[in-house]
Amino acid sequence: MEYFLTEQQKTIKALAKRIAEERILPVRAELDEKEEFPWAIMKDLADADMFRVFIPEKYDGLDGGCLELCLVVEELSRACSGVAISYAATALGCSSLLEYGSEEQKQKYLPDIASGKRLAAFALTESTAGSDAGAIKTTANREGEGYVLNGTKQFITNGGEAEIYTIIALTNPERGTRGASAFLVEKDTPGFSFGKKEKKMGIRTSSTRELVFRNCLIPEENLIGKEGMGFIIMLKIFDRSRPGIGAQAVGLAQGALEAAVDYARQRIQFGHPIYSLQAVQHMLADMAIQVEAARALVYAVARTIDSGAKNFSEEAAMAKVFASDTAMKVTTDAVQIFGGVGYMCDYPMEKMMRDAKITQIYEGTNQVLRNAIASELRKRKGIRE
Amino acid sequence: MNVVVCLKQVPGITEVKIDPETNTLIREGIKNIVNPFDTYALEEGVRIKERYGGKVTTVTMGPPQAEEVLREAISLGADEAILFSDSAFAGADTLATAYTLATAINKIQEYDLIICGRQTVDGDTGQVGPELAEMLGIPFVAYVSKVEEIESDHMRIQRMVEDGHEAIETLLPAVITVVKEINVPRLPSLRGLAKAKSAAIPTWTAIELGVDENTVGLPGSATKVIKVFFPQRVHRGEILQGELGSQVESLLDNLREIKVI
Ligand SMILES: Cc1cc2nc3c(=O)[nH]c(=O)nc-3n(C[C@H](O)[C@H](O)[C@H](O)COP(=O)(O)OP(=O)(O)OC[C@H]3O[C@@H](n4cnc5c(N)ncnc54)[C@H](O)[C@@H]3O)c2cc1C
Repeated sequence: MEYFLTEQQKTIKALAKRIAEERILPVRAELDEKEEFPWAIMKDLADADMFRVFIPEKYDGLDGGCLELCLVVEELSRACSGVAISYAATALGCSSLLEYGSEEQKQKYLPDIASGKRLAAFALTESTAGSDAGAIKTTANREGEGYVLNGTKQFITNGGEAEIYTIIALTNPERGTRGASAFLVEKDTPGFSFGKKEKKMGIRTSSTRELVFRNCLIPEENLIGKEGMGFIIMLKIFDRSRPGIGAQAVGLAQGALEAAVDYARQRIQFGHPIYSLQAVQHMLADMAIQVEAARALVYAVARTIDSGAKNFSEEAAMAKVFASDTAMKVTTDAVQIFGGVGYMCDYPMEKMMRDAKITQIYEGTNQVLRNAIASELRKRKGIRE
Repeated sequence: MNVVVCLKQVPGITEVKIDPETNTLIREGIKNIVNPFDTYALEEGVRIKERYGGKVTTVTMGPPQAEEVLREAISLGADEAILFSDSAFAGADTLATAYTLATAINKIQEYDLIICGRQTVDGDTGQVGPELAEMLGIPFVAYVSKVEEIESDHMRIQRMVEDGHEAIETLLPAVITVVKEINVPRLPSLRGLAKAKSAAIPTWTAIELGVDENTVGLPGSATKVIKVFFPQRVHRGEILQGELGSQVESLLDNLREIKVI
């Protein structure tokens, strides 16, 4: 398929692929087993300028957009989805800054993120507030020259490893979702600590952790945008980041498809490679169709976003839902094609299947996103101009 | 610290296939690469620059397409690159190569350290590094596995010897050749790749170097390659069986038969 990538995009993709093959593949099983954060790989990605990809040139970046980020995430995820999300979480963690930050905030934080010196994270979820994000309880009370944060965020990707956190907290609890604001909090701020580190089904090399705020005082210049904009910011940046989860899913599915084709050509049963069985061929063909369709959708939505379009909430949700459902289906079928071997931890297939599940859950569960798509669909009466 | 790293473009050996009919290398479709040992030399040069400041200049002598390895070196952190290319340089053995490099490096003037790989994978001699040092009249250390500390006019390094490491202090400027244990070469960076694409790489010819044509290339070479061939497969040895006495008997018979005794 010709995706009409620019020279620069091809270079980015090729280098990400090289990093994935030379630096990630050899260690992915070990990282998964030990649940160890992939610091060495983060260093490789930083050295290769991968964190510059999604940052404007003005702040030492390379001026790429959503598509460039997707290309990197896809290639990394083809080797290990857990590494891919650890990288992508930094992009999510600084996207509110990119879109809504002041010039001073951007100058202060973005160059360090671009160089890979500091990782970032985004924290919304709490124990009482998952899909129902409006139920968050973390507060940010105005006190003197700053804000005092209290509350606990849970399931935060890059928690403990990142140095720059975007936190959604209530500045005016009476106003509900309109009383939420977004803040930047740096690691090592007094009153900010890390709680439980989760043990997970998949993407085990990534860190998923609680953030605990106990009378954590932050200066007022750490407010992103204005008070009360927290929810708008959160909704808008998720619209931008969802194609990235789509790319994570596409890369994962691509990796599984390649492994399945390879295995089917080699595995002999009844005197022939199992690839000669039509039942297997059709499964592989369906996998390939879905992966390509998902990739085309993800790239198209990423391009829509990069074109400066205003409204792409529905399309972004579609890309995330379709690609993640594809990854789940394709990795499950890949395990099936491997048979018993696919179920064994000595082969990467079971890891891919475990890794796939999360893509249907985070950054809006696929159910919640279908709700959003349906509601847009109703508004436009199903018509596509 | 101004570091000069000498690189060579070689055929990618992992891809080399032999034509069974003619016993020669099949060169079609073989990608040229940076001599693998030289990638460690480049990485060490870049690390030294990152630690102590200065710049890394990479040089190579070769045909015009050898410029590719210099561009690659820039994508991996080298600051400058110069290609020494002239039809007069063709057919050079290690002596003529080292002479050309030494003349060129003398012309570069600003250098504190010259780093080469331990040997090339095509020529396999490991001679150019030491010859270069000799011609420049500066110290030489081979098989360096660690650069410990560099001070203004000397440095402390370790080199691999058969049963361990030697710690060596040497004056600068010096020439060293490095082994692969010294580092893990980095991958290129996106900025480096962009820089490599647009970098101006000057070519110095025999005229620019001011060398006499009889001192470079084939005429300047002390050795001539007469023939390249694959050694014949020799017969495997024969293992004598049986009682010790009868083994000795048949050994003597065999030796007499081939007229050794
Ligand atoms: C590994 C991992 C990493 C994460 N990283 C981050 C992070 O970096 N930052 C962050 O803020 N959060 C993060 N999260 C949180 C994640 O976004 C939430 O888990 C997700 O939004 C779902 O919320 P929940 O877990 O509370 O599930 P719930 O909201 O309790 O949902 C449970 C089930 O109910 C369904 N459901 C709920 N509401 C509806 C509805 N209205 N319509 C239809 N179905 C519905 C859901 O689809 C789901 O099937 C992470 C989670 C995980 C597991």
